[in-house]
Amino acid sequence: MSSSAQGAVSITPGAGIRPAQRAPASGSGRDERAARARRLGVRSVALGYLALLLLAPVAMIFYRTFEHGLAPVWSAVTAPNAQHSFWLSLEVVAIAVPLNTVFGVGMALLLERGRFRGKGLLGVLIDLPFAISPVVVGLALVLVYGKTGWFGDWLATNGIQVIFSVPGMVLATAVVSLPFVARETIPVLRELGTDSEQAAETLGASAWQAFWRVTLPGIRWGVVYGVVLTTARALGEFGAVSIVSGRIEGQTQTLPLYVQDRFENFDSTGAYTAAVVLALLALATLLAMNLLTRHTRKRTAA
Amino acid sequence: MPARGGGALGKGLLGIYLTALVLLPIAALLTKASSGGTSAFWREITSPEALAAIKLTLAASAIVVVLNAIFGTIIAWVLVRDEFPGKRIVNSLIDLPFALPTIVAGLVLLSLYGKGSPVGINVAFTRAAVGLALLFVTLPFVVRSVQPVLLELDQSMEEAAASLGARPATVLRRIVLPSLVPAIVSGVALSFARALGEFGSLVLITGNLPFKTEVGSVYIFGQIQNDSLPTAAAVSVALLFVALVVLGLLSFISQRQSRHVL
Amino acid sequence: MAIEVRNVDKRFGDFVALDDVTMTVGDGALTALLGPSGSGKSTLLRIIAGLETPDSGQVVIGGEDVTSSAARTRGVGFVFQHYAPFKHMSVHDNVAFGLSVRKRPKDEIAERVKELLGLVRLDGLAERYPSQLSGGQLQRMALARALAVQPQVLLLDEPFGALDAQVRAELREWLRRLHEEIHVTTVFVTHDQEEAMEVAEQIVVMNKGRIEQAGSPRHLYESPTNEFVMSFIGPVNRIGDAFLRPHDIQILPESDGTGTEALIERVVHLGFEVRVELKLHDGRDVWAQVTREEARQLELTEGQILSVRLPAPRVFSS
Repeated sequence: MSSSAQGAVSITPGAGIRPAQRAPASGSGRDERAARARRLGVRSVALGYLALLLLAPVAMIFYRTFEHGLAPVWSAVTAPNAQHSFWLSLEVVAIAVPLNTVFGVGMALLLERGRFRGKGLLGVLIDLPFAISPVVVGLALVLVYGKTGWFGDWLATNGIQVIFSVPGMVLATAVVSLPFVARETIPVLRELGTDSEQAAETLGASAWQAFWRVTLPGIRWGVVYGVVLTTARALGEFGAVSIVSGRIEGQTQTLPLYVQDRFENFDSTGAYTAAVVLALLALATLLAMNLLTRHTRKRTAA
Repeated sequence: MPARGGGALGKGLLGIYLTALVLLPIAALLTKASSGGTSAFWREITSPEALAAIKLTLAASAIVVVLNAIFGTIIAWVLVRDEFPGKRIVNSLIDLPFALPTIVAGLVLLSLYGKGSPVGINVAFTRAAVGLALLFVTLPFVVRSVQPVLLELDQSMEEAAASLGARPATVLRRIVLPSLVPAIVSGVALSFARALGEFGSLVLITGNLPFKTEVGSVYIFGQIQNDSLPTAAAVSVALLFVALVVLGLLSFISQRQSRHVL
Repeated sequence: MAIEVRNVDKRFGDFVALDDVTMTVGDGALTALLGPSGSGKSTLLRIIAGLETPDSGQVVIGGEDVTSSAARTRGVGFVFQHYAPFKHMSVHDNVAFGLSVRKRPKDEIAERVKELLGLVRLDGLAERYPSQLSGGQLQRMALARALAVQPQVLLLDEPFGALDAQVRAELREWLRRLHEEIHVTTVFVTHDQEEAMEVAEQIVVMNKGRIEQAGSPRHLYESPTNEFVMSFIGPVNRIGDAFLRPHDIQILPESDGTGTEALIERVVHLGFEVRVELKLHDGRDVWAQVTREEARQLELTEGQILSVRLPAPRVFSS
């Protein structure tokens, strides 16, 4: 598929809509010109739209951040609350992403290799977090793990605090980024097929050995791609974490929450600086996604 | 057959994780929403403020997906059929709204189209801001669902039509667009579901003014802050229901469509 | 090791893949499971390997009932139709896989892999990756990988199916010689009767989940017990319920009155063999197979009327 895709891209632009047969010699030049004008028009619309909606605003935030020089940026970066929220964000990601990775790969195996009833329903259930507003995710978690929630009393008597502390933030982050790994892994697993696993089995490998030595290496790029998406989403999660964290400054404030806090307290440099840090991480994600797709393409093309 | 796909222990752990993260929360949400009975549920979602928020959410999402359908298809077209320097970079930037934290998205838009805008456009605290933010965060859906279909589309079909004397506009309307419709519909449905629940990008730029720029998710957020959990739960369930209906319709349509093609 | 399959049934939903199948493969034999697609031959092979579980019946390898043992403990070498290479491993690591999961010492593995790569003529390609190999090389790598663990039986699923004609012919010949060399009990699945006849010592003909007949290639050709085997193995003329082999039709030099009168409709030269399409005087169409030499001597031309002698046709009671 990828090779044909490459081919399609390199086809002369507009070739498909150029009426080759109809035009006599004199009209040909005019049609060519019309086709080129049309193409340029469509291109301008598309690029203009992207520039106005996407590029200019993102460029603007970089400009706004650095417009007064590096000194204010530096003090914004080194502010204790900024530092704290940055490390807290990393902490939450460092717990939620591995959990979701193991879950995602396990679910992908179950859905793709298992045979049982209710498989379709399970698939829908795993994708559900994508259909739910992050705010609703936060609310639903509060209703289960909050003070007045289903497990509120039990958690309180056992001295476990979930809501308004890190465990709740990890939960919220894990829910909103739950589907990515499974989603990215399932198609790769399907493509890998069962032959090589069965081959490993006939050669004497246990199910565990077959998984580690044959299945996992075969699906690793899909898993990594899912992990990249999970990380990006987890790092940027705002709504759900906003509800379950209580947004206590210097305690339960992740980097996205810190952006809002700074902005609402009229510290625009603080807000812009934190936002730029997050934006750079997002750009790094894009780069990683790009490299990964190219990598997998090369492998399948070979 | 030997235990493929993990043993019983693994399945148990997966089940516990899914239960703790998805099943129980959803169940608690439904329970809370229905705790006062049907009439209470209805009252919650038809209170003037809630109703205004829900209506705005639906209307803004509807307008946004129409614009997405148009511009998303054009962008996909340009990315597949056109050739210009920097195309690869533009192509990867399409995913930026997915990668960028939503709060940053809001701030980014505000920095250009807010107070003190260098281009003299200030949409902050208006309904236009709602639309703008939703357009930003849902941009990739239609592009990314149309693009692969366009790549696979057999250009000889178009050439055949052209050789039979069809004008470019006719080729587009009769040959290209019909093949793209399922992909556009799919992108539109995903955008719509996303727009219904969007929160982070709206917080800073809309000002969350009740009856004016307050969308459903912001209303729910406010109710949670006021400790009106039943109200929050009722509106949540209403929005979730709409999202699921849209996605359900999508999977129904795409199943029928794939059967049609086969 | 001998393989015995006893009364095996297997269904997939409503589809009956195997219906009370019983067969025996002798120790050291080279056997083909031959049949059209959907005849159950691959399912039977996978059941012997332990990759599918039969609904009922038994599989016995070397006198031991292995019906309920896992594939990895059966000591079978299995070569998959599309070779199932481990794409992320080098040729060396592919072949070494079975030994390394058994935690054999490194130098023993290295030695054995070297020996096997020599056997399958892939020496020098040990560090290549599967994506850098041709179809025939992949096939041989898959075979070496299966042989590395010294299986009691070797099972091959359509081993030549995905290769082009010339490589195919080479590999057939080579598989037969390999079998002579290492003499491991071997079963391969094929839908190509010519391939089965050429390579196998014993052929098991399958159709619709049942075994139609088993025996040596010659036996099956000469004494088919039913219509299916008769028409699946070797060319055939069908006249009503009766069957004739084309080379059994004798074309007589002169219209001497002892034979049946026939009109030559077409003469097709296929190298050594010549195919003569005939219309008999009662309107039936048959074709006869003669050698190039015979055709020349008889001076066969289209439109010519001559007489032929038909052997007693075979009729199978169904």
